Amino acid sequence: MIPEIGQFALILATLLMIVQGTLPLVGASKGISAWMALSRRTAQGAFFFMALAMGCLIYSFIVNDFSVLNVATNSNTKLPLAYRIAASWGSHEGSIMIWVFMLGLWSCAVSIFSKHLPEEMVARVLGVMGLVGTGLLLFLLLTSNPFDRIFPVPIEGRDLNPLLQDPGMVLHPPMLYMGYVGFSVAFAFAVAALLGGRLDATWARWSRPWTTLAWCFLTLGILIGSWWAYYELGWGGWWFWDPVENASLMPWLVGTALMHSLAVTEKRGTFKVWTVLLAICTFSLSLLGTFIVRSGVLTSVHAFATDPRRGMFILALLALVIGGSLVLFAFRAPRVGASGKFKLVSRESALLANNLLLTVACGTVLLGTLYPLFLDALKLGKISVGPPYFEAVFVPLMVPTIFLMGVGAVARWKEATLPDLWTRLRWALVVTVIVSVAIPFILGRTAPTSVALLALGFGMALWVATSAVVGFLDRIKHVGGSFSEKLARQPRSFWGMFVAHLGIAVFIVGVTVVKGFEAERDVKMTPGDTVSVGGYSFRFVGIEDHPGPNYQASRGTFELSKDDKVMRNLYPEKRKYFSFGMPMTEAAIDSGVFGDRYVSLGEPLNDGKQSWSVRVYHKPFVTWIWGGCILMTLGGLLALSDRRYRVNARREAGAVSWTSVKLEKA
Amino acid sequence: MSAGQEMTQETTVASSGGLKPRHKRFLWIIFGLVFIAAIVALILNAFGSNITYFYSPTDVTQDKVPHGRAFRIGGMVEGGSLVRDADGLTVHFKVTDTAQVVPVVYTGILPDLFAENKGVVAQGKLDEHGVFQATQVLAKHDENYVAPEVAAAMSAAQKEHVMETLKQ
Repeated sequence: MIPEIGQFALILATLLMIVQGTLPLVGASKGISAWMALSRRTAQGAFFFMALAMGCLIYSFIVNDFSVLNVATNSNTKLPLAYRIAASWGSHEGSIMIWVFMLGLWSCAVSIFSKHLPEEMVARVLGVMGLVGTGLLLFLLLTSNPFDRIFPVPIEGRDLNPLLQDPGMVLHPPMLYMGYVGFSVAFAFAVAALLGGRLDATWARWSRPWTTLAWCFLTLGILIGSWWAYYELGWGGWWFWDPVENASLMPWLVGTALMHSLAVTEKRGTFKVWTVLLAICTFSLSLLGTFIVRSGVLTSVHAFATDPRRGMFILALLALVIGGSLVLFAFRAPRVGASGKFKLVSRESALLANNLLLTVACGTVLLGTLYPLFLDALKLGKISVGPPYFEAVFVPLMVPTIFLMGVGAVARWKEATLPDLWTRLRWALVVTVIVSVAIPFILGRTAPTSVALLALGFGMALWVATSAVVGFLDRIKHVGGSFSEKLARQPRSFWGMFVAHLGIAVFIVGVTVVKGFEAERDVKMTPGDTVSVGGYSFRFVGIEDHPGPNYQASRGTFELSKDDKVMRNLYPEKRKYFSFGMPMTEAAIDSGVFGDRYVSLGEPLNDGKQSWSVRVYHKPFVTWIWGGCILMTLGGLLALSDRRYRVNARREAGAVSWTSVKLEKA
Repeated sequence: MSAGQEMTQETTVASSGGLKPRHKRFLWIIFGLVFIAAIVALILNAFGSNITYFYSPTDVTQDKVPHGRAFRIGGMVEGGSLVRDADGLTVHFKVTDTAQVVPVVYTGILPDLFAENKGVVAQGKLDEHGVFQATQVLAKHDENYVAPEVAAAMSAAQKEHVMETLKQ
C-alpha cells in the first residue's frame, strides 16, 4: 500500500512539475500574470508530493518491505536502522529519487525566498527548474522506478553493499547531490536572464547566495567522500583521480569560478556573458557527473546495474539541457553583453585569469576522464588514465592560479598599478620565499626534487595565507575605531573570503606534508611482532573473532606507542558480511591534528601462527586536507550570512510590492 | 571563447594611451595562442607518458604488448594458481582469458575482492622470463561484477577459440 502511495505521489509530482515547467514560462513571455503566479504554488506542490514519495520509500526500507524490488536488493533485516534509511539512496533508483527530491527542495526554497524578485523572474527561474525536474522525474518513472514490486516476495533482502554501510556514506550522497542540484538554481537564473534579457548587478546579487550555498554543499560532499575513501577502502589514499571523484571535482572547479565571476558581475557589472556561460557549464557538469556515475558507463561501486536504456535517457537529457541552453546562449548572449571597463592590471583581470585557469583545469580533468570512454566506444582499444596524468597537468595549472589568487585578493578593482601591488605584496612575497625554502631544510630534506616540491607546496600555502593577511590589514586600515571595532565593521562576506582562502592554504599544507612525509609499510606480522613507521611503533597483540549485527569480524589488536610510551590500542577489522561472500577491510585510525596513525589488516597467512599481512601508515597532517575543506565551507556560509543580502532583500521587497500595487491598479 | 571576445572588447574600450587598439588585440591573440599551446603541450606530454593500455593474456603470448613500459592485463585468476612466498607478502598467480595464461608476481597486500576464479586487473611490466611483474592489483568492488575489460578479453579469447575449432 505505502509503495503505491509513493508511486502515486511521484506521478502527481511529475504532473505538477510539467505544469511548473511550461505555463509560467509561457506566461512570462506573454505577460500573463495568472500563469506566472502558478510557478510558486506548483513548485511547492511538487515538492510536497516528492517529499511524500521520498517518505514512502524510506518507510518501505525501515519496515523491510521486500516486495519492493529496490528494498529487496539493497536492504536486509539485519541491517541497522540508520543504514536501512541510508540504503534508500544507496541504489541507482534511490539516488535519482533523492536527486529529484532535492531539486524539489531547492525550487521550493526559491519559491519561498524570492518574495523580493520580480514575478517574471520567479516564473522563469522556477519554470526552468521545472523543466529539468520533469526530465529527471520521467527518467525515474520510466527507467528506474524505485517502487517496482516483485513477486514472489523474498523472505530476506540481499543487503546494502558493505562498503556503503558506513556513517560517511549516509551523509556523502545527500551532501553531494545538494551541491549538484543546487547549481540548477544558478543555471535557472542564468537561463531566465537570457530569456528575459535582463542581466545586471541585481541579477548577480540574486543568484549569488544560491550558488554559494550549493558550492558549500558540494565542497562538504566531496570532503566526506574523500574521507570515506580514506578510511573505508583501507588503502589510506584520500584522492584517487577515479572517474567518479573527477565527476564531482569538475562542477566544483567551474562552480568556484562561477562564484567569483558572480562577485565581479555584482560589484562591477562586468563578466556578464562569461558568468552566464559558467552557470550553464557548472550545472551541465553536475548533470554529466550524475550521468558518468549512474549510467553504468563506468562500472564501480556507484553503478552495479548496467542498463543501456538508462544511459541513453540521461544522454538525451544531457544533450537537451546542454545543447538547449548553449543555443539560447548563442542567440541571446550578445544582446545582454555590454560590460564595464577595466585595465589589464586590476582585480578583474586576476579574477578573469583565474576563472580561465579553473575552467582549463576542469577541461583537462574532463579530457582525462572521458578520453578512455571515447576510445572504448569507438573500439580503438582500452586504456586507463591514471593519477600521474592528472597530477602532471593539474599541479602546473594550479601554481599560477594560487599566485593570482593572492594578487587578486589585494589588487584594486578597475585599475591597479604594478608598483602599488609590489609595495603592498612585497612582504608577503619575501616571507613566502624565505620560509618556504627554509622549511624543507629544517625538516631535514636535502634531495633536490623533494626540496623543490616541498618548497613549492609550502610556498603556495604561505602565499595564499600572507596575501590574505595583507588584504585583511589593508581593509581594516581604512576603518576607524579600536582594533576590535575595526574587526567588527568588516562585512561577513569579507570574513567569508578570508576564511575560505585560509582554507585553501590549510588544504595545500595538508597535501604537501602528506605527499612529502607519509610513510607506508606492508608487513607480515605474527602476534608479538612490532613494526615502526614514522617514529611510531605498532605492536601486534593478537587477533580474535568479533561478531557484528550483520557480519562476523576478525578483530586485530595493535598497541600504538611512541618513544616506548604506549599511546592507545587500535582495533582494525576484517569483516565478512553474511550476505556478501567477500571480506571487507575496516581500518583503525588514531587521528590527530598533526597526523594519523593508520593500520589495516590484509589477509590471514594461514601459517598456524596467526600471522597476518598488515598495512601500517603514518600520515602526517592528513587531517589538514579535510580541515581546509571545512574552512572553505565555513567561509562560504559566512559570506551567505552577510547582512547586505537581507537588507537589500527588504529594500527590494518594498520596491517590488509597490510596483505590483501599481500594476494591480492599472 | 566568449571570454576571449569579451576580454578583447573590454581592453579595446579600456585602452587609453600607449598601444593602438588593433595592436593590443593582436597582443591578446598572441597571448591566447601561447597559453593554448602551453596547455596543449602540457596535456599531450602528460598523456604520452601516463596512458596505460590494456591487454589480454592472449595479446601477451602473441607478443602484442609493449616492452619496458607499464600496461594492464586482465582476466580470471586461475583456480589453484595462487602461491604465497614465505615472506607472506609476495604472491604468484596466473591470469587467464580461458585461452592463454600469464604468470604474475606481486608483492604487497591484495585487495579484498581478489580471489581465485574471479576477475582481476593488474598493472605492471613484463620481465624477460615472460612473468608479469605487477605493481598494482585491482579487483573491483562487487563480487558478482566482472570488469568490462576482463569480460571483453574473455569473450574475445572464446571467439578465437571457436574460430580455431571450426577451422580444424
